This record gives sequence, C-alpha cells and structure tokens, in this order.
Amino acid sequence: MAARTVPLRELAHGRTGDKGNRSNISVIARREEYWPLLVAQVTEEAVAGIFAHRRPSKVARYLLPNLQAMNFVLDDVLDGGVNDSLNLDSHGKSLAFLVLDLPVQVPEDLETPTGGDP
Amino acid sequence: MARQPLLIGCGAGFSGDRPDAPEAVVATLSARGGPACLMLETLAERTLALAQLRRREDPQAGYEPLLDRLVGPVLAECLGNGIRIVSNFGAANPTAAARRIDEIARIEGFTNPRIAVVTGDDLSGPAHHALLAERLGEARHPVSANAYLGAEPIAAAWDAGAEIIVTGRVADPSLAVGPAMAHYGWSASDWDRLGRATMAGHLLECGAQVTGGYFADPGYKDVPDIANVGFPIAEVSQDGDCIIGKADRTGGCVTLATVKEQLLYEVHDPAAYLTPDVTADITQAQVTQAGTDLVALTGVRGHERPATLKVTAFYEGGWLAEGGISYAGPGAEARARLAAEILAKRLPELKLRIDLIGVTSLFADDAGRLLAAKVPSDARDVRLRVAARHDQKEAAERLAQEVTALYTCGPAGGGGVRTAIRPRLSTASCFVPREAVKAGFEWVD
Repeated sequence: MAARTVPLRELAHGRTGDKGNRSNISVIARREEYWPLLVAQVTEEAVAGIFAHRRPSKVARYLLPNLQAMNFVLDDVLDGGVNDSLNLDSHGKSLAFLVLDLPVQVPEDLETPTGGDP
Repeated sequence: MARQPLLIGCGAGFSGDRPDAPEAVVATLSARGGPACLMLETLAERTLALAQLRRREDPQAGYEPLLDRLVGPVLAECLGNGIRIVSNFGAANPTAAARRIDEIARIEGFTNPRIAVVTGDDLSGPAHHALLAERLGEARHPVSANAYLGAEPIAAAWDAGAEIIVTGRVADPSLAVGPAMAHYGWSASDWDRLGRATMAGHLLECGAQVTGGYFADPGYKDVPDIANVGFPIAEVSQDGDCIIGKADRTGGCVTLATVKEQLLYEVHDPAAYLTPDVTADITQAQVTQAGTDLVALTGVRGHERPATLKVTAFYEGGWLAEGGISYAGPGAEARARLAAEILAKRLPELKLRIDLIGVTSLFADDAGRLLAAKVPSDARDVRLRVAARHDQKEAAERLAQEVTALYTCGPAGGGGVRTAIRPRLSTASCFVPREAVKAGFEWVD
C-alpha cells in the first residue's frame, strides 16, 4: 500500500518531565488506530537517534497499551539537570516537541488531524 | 460504615503559580459540601534551597513568599466551611508559615484555628551531619538537606483535628494521600489504596497541568477559555480510585488526553513510581470519560513502599552568568555568529554555552554539538545568548561586561543587550534509613 510521511505530532501528543539528569517523554496516541504505528516506528532506536547530540547513556521505552501511551526515559541528556545545565530550558521541558517532529510512515488513506505532509 | 467521598482540590502547582487560583477551587468545594481539603503544592526541589537562604538572612522568613496572597482570600471560607488546607508552603520554615496563618485567621475573626506543622524533614542540622557526610561526602556543608516525608504525619495531624497542615519537604502526592488515608482510615500498608491515592495526588500536584494548562497546541490540542484555566478537584473514593474534575465556572478542560499527559509526567518505570508511601504501579491503569470535564482513573495498583527515604541536599555552586544581544535583517545570523566568536576569543577562561535563538537553542546541548552540526542559514531575526558558570563572581561578571561591550566593539546593528549574574546551587541526593528520620507533627498556637 502507498505510504506517506507525517510528523509524529499528527498521530500523538506528549509531555516532558525531568528528575535530575534524566528526562521522561510521553508519547500518547491521538486515536486508538494510531497505536500500532507508534509501537512499530517510535522505537528506542529512533528516539536515541534524534537525541544523539545529547549523548544519552540509556534510552528505555515503556509501553502502556491500556492508555495507548508510551513513556521514554532518557538518562544523562540534560547537561546535569536543572541546577547544572546552561540551557535556557534547563528542565528540558521543550524536548517532547523534538520527539513529536519524528517522521512516521502511515498508509496513504489514514485520516490524520491535518492530513498534511511535514 | 461507608464514609462520604473526600474531595481534594489543588490550588497551586508550584511556587509562582497563580495566587488567585485557590478562590474558584474553594468556592466549588464549598458549593459541593461534604468533606474536603485544599491542597497547595508550592515546593519544587530548588525552591526549598532558596527558602533556606532567605531564612539565613531573616529567621522569620523561609516560607512561601506568596503565602498571604494564596491563603488570605480563602482562609475564612475554608475555616468556616470545614475545608482543611494541606500544603508544603512551609518550605524551610513551616513554623513561621503557621504563625503567619494564625495571624491572618485572627484578623478574619477565627480565634483558635487548629494549625499543625509537620516536622522532621530538615536534616541540615548537626544531628544529621554524620548521616549525610557518610553518604554525600564531608567536603562541603549543604545550604539545605531535606528528607522527603510521606503521608503518615499528615494523616496523623488530620486525625488529631488539624484544620491547616503546614509541611516542609514531603513527597508531592503525599499531600493528597495523607488526607485520604486519615479520612478513610487506611493502614500504612494498604498498598493498593495508597497506590491509587498516590496517583490521584500525582494528577493534582501540578495544578492546571491536568485541566488544560501546559497542554494547548493550536490546531492540534485546543483548550477552551485557557486564559481562565480552572484548577483540579479530585473525588477520591473509599478504594483510592479518583475522578478528576475542575473548579466550577472556569476555563480549561479535563479529557482523556490531559489526564494521560499528567499521569505520565515525571514518571520513569510505570510499574514502580516510588514515593515514601508506596510503590505505585500504573501499568494496568485505565482512564475513562465520566462526564463533561470529568475523568475517572482506575486500575492503579500498589506494592510495598521503598525501605529508605530520599534526601536532597543543595550546595553553593558558584555563579551563573548570562548575556544576550539581538541582530535582525540581512546577514543577521552571520553577525550573531561573529559576535559569538568575538566572545569566545575575549573570554578564554570561561566555557561558554552559545545559543542562536531563532536558529537553534532549546534543543541544543552545552557542548555545542548541535550548533556545530548546523549549516549556517540566513535567519533574519536572531538573538545570541551566551551562558557560563564560574566559582568566582568576578570571572562571571566578565561575561556580562563583554556582552555589553558588543554595543560598540561587536558586529554592526546589535541591540537589546541584557545580562544577569546569579548565584548557583548544586544538588546531590542520597537515601537514608527511615529510622534516621523522625517525622511527626506539632501544634502551633
């Protein structure tokens, strides 16, 4: 079947939390039918890839199928965390939107909120 | 005998939250009637260290600076309607906060409010020196060191009839678990119920973050009347399950999406969300829409609590210097990049963090790897931001001076210089045996 590429934001929403030098980012399916696409493509490898410049020592993905949600836990990605980082966003609160920009392949006829290509 | 359900409203999610938020929450709790409490969470990790520094300057200070504005407008209604207040706004000086509330209550005509102060979290004194030195090292003396207490001292104060319970450091969800535990008479080893109430507290603890705050993404996630976002109210059942709603006649929304985002906020392994009270497990959790702006959370489980308590200590950590200057129009990005090169040459003693706001900033890293990989573009509205830390204030001040001097010595057309120098705090955490921490409560009269 023909496929098109959409940013993850079309299929999911999420929020970042921080504790020390560890960030957690939720990725939550907007609709139940998007969930399998997320499980297949929003993987530990894919997320580790977009965080490569922050040198995560570990990326773990936890699946919560009841909620159609996944939780990524990234270790050592906050330049020491809120008290040490020199980033304006020392909590890393913006980082969910780095993940939500991940390109995802979807079937051509899948209905998404804007339906547009990235 | 079945108890009437307990309503817990949250009127603040951090120090710096909207001080007028509790009013609509308390009005709603009053209108509903029945057992209720107002929870105010105002104590992020660093907030406590900053409070401890204020207390050093003034022995009567060190509690939430917005205390009067948070509590003043609602205190009479809470005391008059049996709505109890539970808050960590005591920060580094819960006794002083309690005395201040007592003064406000007397002005409002309540002569003998029952105010309890939870004690035992502050480990910065000599009695705990050896305990902490063993775990965190002898070299430095902390500005603050506090154990995360749990729900038990709050529940004990509630049982004893406290109308207002002032704490310092407790785990945020424990502000909700304590009242539920006392109201329903749960034991401290009723893991499933404690786990459920913990996640209810977790949904409440960031205030509007569960009711449409920190959620809007125009076109993707729209939130009605967000400027007037309402704060949450949870109905916690006998079994600890909860239904999250919000204050009447407010904006915002409570949907499956808002609740899921907050449920996972600051969670690591969803099978083991650790607090002093319980190991909560949300792997089987379910959320269901139970009405307009009402979402039920069920299926949370609990396992035995951790054997130790977490302690976080803060230390003086040198100085943070920041400076910024903006460039616009043709060649703006090239001029901002040249300004960054100038600063790097002028300040070899500082390890500079460079951001080109409008090109790359928040997603980047202190080492500059993302910026280095970025092919220069032709961005036309760019703010250069530099930041550095240093143990010596004089060295940090050099950054501010050099950024300011870019007005005359830097690239053409730079404007809007702002600089700031701030003391930094560094932190370290460890775990201590529960027996080493004497948690309890005392009355303030």
